[in-house]
Amino acid sequence: MSTYVKNIIDKYNNDETRLMDILIDIQSEIGYIPNEAVEQISQSLNISIVDVEQTLTFYHFFSQKPIGDYVVYLNNSVVANMMGRSEVAKTFEEEVGCGFNNVSDDGKIGLYSTACIGMSDQEPAAIINGCVFTKLSPARVKDIVADMRAGKNVKEMFNEYGDGQNNSELIKSMVFNNIRKRGEVLFSDYENGAALKKVVTMTQDEVIEEVKTSYIRGRGGAGFPTGLKWDFCRKSEGEIRYLICNADEGEPGTFKERVILTELPKMLFEGMAIAGYALDAKNGVLYLRSEYTYLKDYLENIIQELRETNQLGENIAGKQGFDFDIRIQFGAGAYVCGEESALIESAEGKRGEPRNRPPFPVQKGYMQQPTVVNNAETLCSVVKILLKGADWYTMMGTRESSGTKLISVSGDCRYPGVYEIEWGLRIRDMLEMVGAEDIQAVQVGGPSGTCIGERSFKRTICYEDFPTGGSMMIIDNKRNLLKDVVKHFMDFFIEESCGSCVPCRALTVILKNKLQKILDGNGVMNDLTELKKWCNMMKQANRCGLGQTAANPILTTLENFPEEYEKLINKDIDFNSGFDLSAAVGESCEAVGRTPNL
Amino acid sequence: MSEKIKFTIDGKECFAEPGQNILDAATDNGVYIPALCHMRGIKPAGSCRLCNVKIAGRLMTACTTPVEHGMDIENDIPEIQGLRLAIIEMLFVEGNHFCPACEKSGNCELQALAYRYQMMVPRFPYEFPVKEIDASSPKLIIDRNRCILCKRCIRSFTDENGKNIFAFKKRGHKLQINIDAKLSANLSDEMAQKAMDICPVGAIIRKEKGFDQPIGTRKYDKVPIGSDIKSVI
Ligand SMILES: Cc1cc2nc3c(=O)[nH]c(=O)nc-3n(C[C@H](O)[C@H](O)[C@H](O)COP(=O)(O)O)c2cc1C
Ligand code: SF4
Ligand code: SF4
Ligand code: FES
Repeated sequence: MSTYVKNIIDKYNNDETRLMDILIDIQSEIGYIPNEAVEQISQSLNISIVDVEQTLTFYHFFSQKPIGDYVVYLNNSVVANMMGRSEVAKTFEEEVGCGFNNVSDDGKIGLYSTACIGMSDQEPAAIINGCVFTKLSPARVKDIVADMRAGKNVKEMFNEYGDGQNNSELIKSMVFNNIRKRGEVLFSDYENGAALKKVVTMTQDEVIEEVKTSYIRGRGGAGFPTGLKWDFCRKSEGEIRYLICNADEGEPGTFKERVILTELPKMLFEGMAIAGYALDAKNGVLYLRSEYTYLKDYLENIIQELRETNQLGENIAGKQGFDFDIRIQFGAGAYVCGEESALIESAEGKRGEPRNRPPFPVQKGYMQQPTVVNNAETLCSVVKILLKGADWYTMMGTRESSGTKLISVSGDCRYPGVYEIEWGLRIRDMLEMVGAEDIQAVQVGGPSGTCIGERSFKRTICYEDFPTGGSMMIIDNKRNLLKDVVKHFMDFFIEESCGSCVPCRALTVILKNKLQKILDGNGVMNDLTELKKWCNMMKQANRCGLGQTAANPILTTLENFPEEYEKLINKDIDFNSGFDLSAAVGESCEAVGRTPNL
Repeated sequence: MSEKIKFTIDGKECFAEPGQNILDAATDNGVYIPALCHMRGIKPAGSCRLCNVKIAGRLMTACTTPVEHGMDIENDIPEIQGLRLAIIEMLFVEGNHFCPACEKSGNCELQALAYRYQMMVPRFPYEFPVKEIDASSPKLIIDRNRCILCKRCIRSFTDENGKNIFAFKKRGHKLQINIDAKLSANLSDEMAQKAMDICPVGAIIRKEKGFDQPIGTRKYDKVPIGSDIKSVI
């Protein structure tokens, strides 16, 4: 038995539901999770080895073999590629002397690709041993690799620090906030603890009523009315209630939570405490994506500070019996864990497979108890709603969409960053504000959202017209929409599906291959008909939102950019198998030294 | 005793026990809803998606949805039957199913469903993926070429100490079934047979034992799957 593995397991009291934390700690301590550790975990937790492997192999950032003293995860999102990722990747390969998905011969440096890391406003970016490196260029990569070869500490490899709290002692990262527009709710005056003081003078019903009256809807994408969700949870039967803040932020192109966590963590934790009060929940969990591990010390320090100032812990704000505390649960690289029930599974130490509904999380969530999962932006907004009142809040926005919304803007524009806008802004005005020109398409709401063109720019951002979880990727006319964007998004879903539902696991691959056939110039009109039919099967046949929206990249471009497909289609023939016989026999022909005679 | 719940499937009046899921209730009322991952009495997985039915215009999986009073369920309609056939075809192209060479042929639920749904050839291109066979257990062979990832083995099979022998590994299109080498070494012959019977396809096969039952006398050789519930008209 190795003692460090034992110490880690002991730290979590041999608790099976903390398997994620155990694996995360071992991975960060040893650099991988050796078989002996898997065996040791299985013995200590009294579960089988395949159970441990089930969780371990689900997450992108766990590995079962050494992956390098320095592990480079270079973002491979659509926006990263638009901003010059391929040159950066090439330089990494040349300088390190190995390709991606490999470790250098001396075992020192490993190169890996990863999905969007929440830095779309400062791409190309990479995570190296947990530290984020932004705005990479081939020249910078040369320096970084030289530093790694010289054995420098990663933190000493930065060439600048970001703004605001990014530059604070406990973060010290290169990341910039890029807050481009401050609105009335989130990025305005904030006095820590004021809302909490007010809330404890209200009853729980009054708090929920105020949130209901504000008509705020969840900012995580699904838009469920927050007050109603709290009400359901409180009325559900259970021994204990939980509040979970969803800061998984996996939707490519979204990075608003990163800015909230950096600049408004006290507001977020205050919002969590308020929710805890309203729900009668004593325990809060902040589920944070692994990519934001660089904020760990900073956030833990703030939680500690809030305990010391009686804003967390026992008898909060002097109110007898108001106890609430927060723990941070890290993920380990899985987009689907942003889905609330997958998130709960993950927080319980399991593979992030979404649950069947019913029961809903408000009925049986974390540890089978009534649980509210709310997005970080939702919880921050609630602080201001309770401080300034629902009437103040509903004055902003539109009839059905009250308040403000954070939008993460990236891609081909002059001012990428976070914008706090009032709901109801016209997309055209938004595009003008961010300095976008020569626009071909705008991807609203990430890959699972909608790809729109000029025709839709007159529409407005709000629930009644164009709802969004908050990302906007701008794609200008020099891009190849189908090849560089749509196909890439399909790869993303194929990679990130949990794999349970047959259509989500299998049809995504089939759809992507069909798209590839068209891109290869082998498409006929019938391929478009089939593509559309097959995409529509995805919408309702799958269990969770991932599978239900995974065909959206194709479906929404088929609808809004049909000409992009049609120009690749051979209209003179009805059938083309897309099968390349000479390529298929190429290898054997080479082996026997013959040219194919087809 | 609590009152029975009244509901309809394709207009037929049906009754269910409170809390019963639609799939079990349909079966009890002589209505066939196809299923691959469901096993009565075991917590539903909702993963094959074959049992999708339509309720108030929305698709829901019958195995995971409790019957509610007054529900009007659509089951045998072209939209849904079409989707089911497509799902069966997806399963055939994402794996490698060479039925004539399979020990489970005739007893295989996937094969039987393909017959019932009159699949001639899948509309989707075959992927011919490369899959590993795990024959490390002294009692069982895991043939991942045939596994449809229905999770039945994971959900319903443990060793005598209640430990899981089967689990998933990886995710998405790389998802695969994993067998615990250590624990599976201690399986009795009866347990090995039970594991094989749980599997709807030929992905869990007993070692050193085969073709006990001649082809022609197997479960679905003469009658389509679901005939015990409702025959094909
Ligand atoms: C595949 C998938 C990914 C999701 N990712 C996130 C996420 O990263 N952050 C988030 O807040 N919600 C995400 N959601 C939505 C959550 O399931 C849930 O609706 C939300 O966290 C509820 O909070 P809200 O009501 O405050 O919006 C995701 C949903 C799906 C289907
Ligand atoms: S839709 Fe996809 S991600 Fe969601 S549960 Fe099904 S397989 Fe998993
Ligand atoms: S081995 Fe058989 S029972 Fe287990 S998941 Fe695969 S098909 Fe289902
Ligand atoms: S039987 Fe319901 S989803 Fe498989």
